[in-house]
Amino acid sequence: MADKKKVEISSRRRFFTNIAHNVGLGAMGTLLLAGYAQKAKSSPLTLRPPAALGEADFIKTCIKCGLCAEACVNRPQNRDKEGNQKKGTLKMAKANDSVTIGTPFFTPRDVPCFMCDDIPCVPVCPSGALDINKVTNPKTKKLDFKMMDMGVAVVDVHSCIAFWGLQCDACYRACPLLDEAIKLQYNRNSRTGKHAFLEPVINPDVCTGCGLCEKACVTEKPAIFVLPREVAQGKPGDHYVRGWDKKDQQRVKDRKASDIKTEDERSSKTPVDYLNKGLEY
Amino acid sequence: MKFSNIKYLILRRVSQLTIMFLYFAANVWGWKILQGNLSTSTIFSKIPLSDPFALLQMLAAGAVVGVNVLIGALIISIFYGLIGGRAFCSWVCPINMVTDLAAWLRRKLYIDKIERKVWISRNIRYYTIVIALIVSAITGLAAFEVINPITILNRNIIYGINIINNTTVVALGAGLGFVLVIFLFDLFVVKNGWCGHICPVGGTYSLIGKFSLLRVKHTSENCTLCMKCKEVCPESQVLHMIGKDSITVNDIECTNCGRCIDVCDDDALGFSIGKYIKKEKAKS
Repeated sequence: MADKKKVEISSRRRFFTNIAHNVGLGAMGTLLLAGYAQKAKSSPLTLRPPAALGEADFIKTCIKCGLCAEACVNRPQNRDKEGNQKKGTLKMAKANDSVTIGTPFFTPRDVPCFMCDDIPCVPVCPSGALDINKVTNPKTKKLDFKMMDMGVAVVDVHSCIAFWGLQCDACYRACPLLDEAIKLQYNRNSRTGKHAFLEPVINPDVCTGCGLCEKACVTEKPAIFVLPREVAQGKPGDHYVRGWDKKDQQRVKDRKASDIKTEDERSSKTPVDYLNKGLEY
Repeated sequence: MKFSNIKYLILRRVSQLTIMFLYFAANVWGWKILQGNLSTSTIFSKIPLSDPFALLQMLAAGAVVGVNVLIGALIISIFYGLIGGRAFCSWVCPINMVTDLAAWLRRKLYIDKIERKVWISRNIRYYTIVIALIVSAITGLAAFEVINPITILNRNIIYGINIINNTTVVALGAGLGFVLVIFLFDLFVVKNGWCGHICPVGGTYSLIGKFSLLRVKHTSENCTLCMKCKEVCPESQVLHMIGKDSITVNDIECTNCGRCIDVCDDDALGFSIGKYIKKEKAKS
């Protein structure tokens, strides 16, 4: 009894098998592309052009047209004495840059941002990934280079030779917001007893992250460098108050008692409990 | 070889290279004729042009997109929708030159004749569109744009070659590996594999150009059935009417490249304007 039964493939079977075939293929493609796309997101240390949206929104919104980089390299100031074109600040990311491919970024030690008065890179953005409102002064309605925000400069006090007591104020003098973004703090050098430390200290509220200090830094690997603001700065939280600061005091006065919740896992225990009883670290 | 046998081929290469050169000149010398790249450009710093498929992905990723990109994508969609059909692929796209080279080598090396039959559906490009949009929504990033070989090649030429302090600086990216892979895929694996099967950008322009006016027209009375047209056509299934019916090529995958018109020695193929105009005339 080995006669083979001819299998009838019904149109319904064919239909469902086709669907399953396509779903399988689609899932495979989705998996591969999703895996790569997730991997292709930039490293969190990427410095973006001035007025860029937050990183997550920026990589969504940037259409990778390069108009900002073009405006940057072709600005009239970007020429040497013979009139030859110099390197532009903004680069378009290549596949091997660990920055989302095709998006603009800059490396200050290579070419910093020169904080042009007219900010040529921002108004040309067609997609809104560079938001012109972020660099428009609300009072004068004009572009204001002081409102740029690409990051914050950070000093490694161990490798900064000014903190050793050697006289160096290269970053201080390179800063376009001279004596505002970087201030020199004078400290007595007790080792010699007759010299001063001229220590560069950054005011993160003023610093735009242009990176001219990083470019100017004399150490082999820069002791002052720009990091994106989210990476560089901490956050004390609302409940710490500068009692000596009237504005900060006002913040406390304006708060309503009903808005304040002080109860947490630890304080919800009765005071009779031993403080660390049942607490797991 | 007569000039009439390579007329459209030369016109297309001139068109592709001119566009590429204008982009390049905009970056290196600050020309204002055509700035940006194939994702988004501006003509004379005024008229925006944007890739509709890139815009779709950005919207799927959840981006709030600026008005210039919306206008630009609209202009491009109207242009190809009304006139060009899928002409972007053969008259603008730089990858076309890569895959055309692969197809030409296939013919010269007789790879077509000894190929192991690897069959993939020509409809994959439409699935790729859907996949790209889904992945964009999941990852919050215009997903196909990270592997898009068109813009990768485009950017490598525009920004990879620079003239700094009067010396030419070449800094090409690893993304060109994608372009090489596509070349090898088209050459050794599937005939017209990328442009004719997978590329979602071509798929998008196919859909946009469904009702466009510029069409290739076949006159079957003149046809001698030499089948040269089908041999060179990158989407040979659209030429199903050869030797049978005197109609226009209405399949949306036709790229209007005009290669079939070039190779036809019998005057059986030519460009015509519109399937609809013709129909109305027939009625009246």
